[in-house]
Amino acid sequence: MGRSRCLPYLGVLEAEALHIFREVAAEFDRPVLLFSGGKDSIVMLHLAAKAFAPAGLPFPLLHVDTGHNFDEVLAYRDRIAALDGIRLHIASVQEFIDDGRLSERPDGTRNPLQTVPLLAAIGAHRFDAVFGGGRRDEEKARAKERVFSLRDEFGQWDPRRQRPELWQLYNGRHRVGEHVRVFPLSNWTELDVWAYIRQERIELPSIYFSHTREVFLRDGMWLAPGAWGGARAGERCESRAVRYRTVGDMSCTAAVDSHAGTVEEVIAEIAASRLTERGASRADDRLSEAAMEDRKREGYF
Amino acid sequence: MAEAQPGALLRIATAGSVDDGKSTLVGRLLHDLGAVLPDQLAAVERASRDRGLAATDLALLTDGLRAEREQGITIDVAYRYFATPTRRYILADTPGHVQYTRNMVTGASTARLAAILIDARHGVVEQTRRHLAIAALLRVPYTVFLVNKMDLAGFDESVFADITATLRAHAGRLGVPSPAAIPISALRGDNVVERSAATPWYQGPTLLEQLEAVPVADDPSAEPVRLPVQYVIRSAEKNYRGYAGQLVSGVLRPGDKVALLPSDQRSTIAAIDLNGVPVEEAFAPQSVAVRLTDDVDVARGDLIASPVAVPDAVREVTATVCHLADRPLRVGDHVLLRHTTRTVKAVITELAYRLDITTLDRTPHPDRLRVNDIARLSLRTSAPIVADDYAVNRHSGAFLLLDETHGDTLTAGMIGRSSIEDADLP
Repeated sequence: MGRSRCLPYLGVLEAEALHIFREVAAEFDRPVLLFSGGKDSIVMLHLAAKAFAPAGLPFPLLHVDTGHNFDEVLAYRDRIAALDGIRLHIASVQEFIDDGRLSERPDGTRNPLQTVPLLAAIGAHRFDAVFGGGRRDEEKARAKERVFSLRDEFGQWDPRRQRPELWQLYNGRHRVGEHVRVFPLSNWTELDVWAYIRQERIELPSIYFSHTREVFLRDGMWLAPGAWGGARAGERCESRAVRYRTVGDMSCTAAVDSHAGTVEEVIAEIAASRLTERGASRADDRLSEAAMEDRKREGYF
Repeated sequence: MAEAQPGALLRIATAGSVDDGKSTLVGRLLHDLGAVLPDQLAAVERASRDRGLAATDLALLTDGLRAEREQGITIDVAYRYFATPTRRYILADTPGHVQYTRNMVTGASTARLAAILIDARHGVVEQTRRHLAIAALLRVPYTVFLVNKMDLAGFDESVFADITATLRAHAGRLGVPSPAAIPISALRGDNVVERSAATPWYQGPTLLEQLEAVPVADDPSAEPVRLPVQYVIRSAEKNYRGYAGQLVSGVLRPGDKVALLPSDQRSTIAAIDLNGVPVEEAFAPQSVAVRLTDDVDVARGDLIASPVAVPDAVREVTATVCHLADRPLRVGDHVLLRHTTRTVKAVITELAYRLDITTLDRTPHPDRLRVNDIARLSLRTSAPIVADDYAVNRHSGAFLLLDETHGDTLTAGMIGRSSIEDADLP
């Protein structure tokens, strides 16, 4: 027939992700998909829907809500939760602070506080597989992460206990109380995610595109004031055209100057960018050379 | 960073030790292709200064875990991503020392091309032979030798010619078909991305040109259909039952007759759904769901295959293995065997020999396999598996052995005769 049967790279990544979703649905009793309303979790959800079409998702979603989320992202999450066949659980950092199981950090950052409610939700619902949107290109400690990453009964990640992954044979065996974090987007880069969003015409929360927002500069990052706090003495709020490259807790997710209003413009902007996604917009990763590794060991995403 | 146009994806693996300049090579490749951004470079410069190094150590880009940074070595497989205007690459950066043989085996298992580094000053050493043997054993389709540190060998053509002659002879004995060889300096960047002015005697491709030229996939229409069933998608209200899986080889169309194994039934493909949408054709490595014309009993672990040259369902398996775990493996051990989407119980019936991966010497009937051992073994399974020879199909010919109690991965296996068995030993 003379037609080319070489799958384009996005098709290869998509086929691999669908394979991973189906392996988990077949091998685990109680999977859950972490859904933050960020682009990576939105792409995960899109892929999961394809993996099981025309049937619905065979697992629920879990949102770890820091209480300091962007309104646009919460609105998006609630629209998704209202769709047919979607079940959404919410683990609330605020509830843990209110009843004293967690206390606010002096810097107001709630990102590290997410681990406790996450593990509590995993325990309460007896989730045995947890889909995360982590990508190996994000950070050095992630570059060695497995697609199936075993966590002990305390949710902890031990790099020495990680199983070798050969061919496409993913090993999801675990003992009672242990669970497995699964990363279907392991081999995707930030640009791949955006190229896929373009190809599939996936809708995103508006904060991923250029808009005018009140922001102030702290440690070289443009932060937006909100319920979490705002500008201190010596920090001045100003109105700027910005967008977000990642979506997380408002206290440590920074905006970048941008006039990119469409997916096409965002892709052009990232291709020309001289900063990594995390370097540009995540204050928490600057803490130390091993910051991500330490948080992963404790059970972070 | 150049935006990758919808082009192909190539998986490659690098092997070599820190001393061969492997991390420097990976850093060089990422740097010259613009995949290292200034904030990453700044972090590496800072870390190099903290450690009292005079120059920026590009190896720090890839040594991600604290134990690795503290010991100054790569322990685990790290995956790196870069793109050219036409291709996306996934690079498995694997450690070179003998105690990390299992990590190189892991990286090589999915690679389409293995890049093996050789220090031009030392030539072909024990480690080089081991890396080449692993690439041969895992049947990585393409191999390229990178003769590095040519700057320290005066870019001498005869040094390069001597090393490549030795390598090609060794590769030939292992059944590795005509590997390419490139004289490079990872430190200076010669013949990595940019063609070097210091090697006018070298007419071949640069490393990047070599990577861009390698075919990313074999023509799936030349191979029989292999679709291991992963999951049955059911929807009562839509009256839908589809058998979901990823095609590991072949091309499938509605109307095709298929064999269902191991039950050995026959049926016909009624429809193929790709991402939930019916299509006229699907091919490896797409993930699909197929509907059959007959109401047959098909479940996870079954194989949908071309009805001609149907593979046998077997319970006795002989394979070449790499032992991956600290727990040893002995004759009589009960384990789980994971093959495509099927998991069965198995017992080890014979350890025929352990292979010294460097010298290719055999130790007959070892009493146990230890971590990193390469060996030939036989096992018997509790239920039949439908397998191809690994030489024919790297997915339907591969398996893992798992610990029955804690589920850890113990051993990686390749079914059938290995290339090393056929090796023309010196």
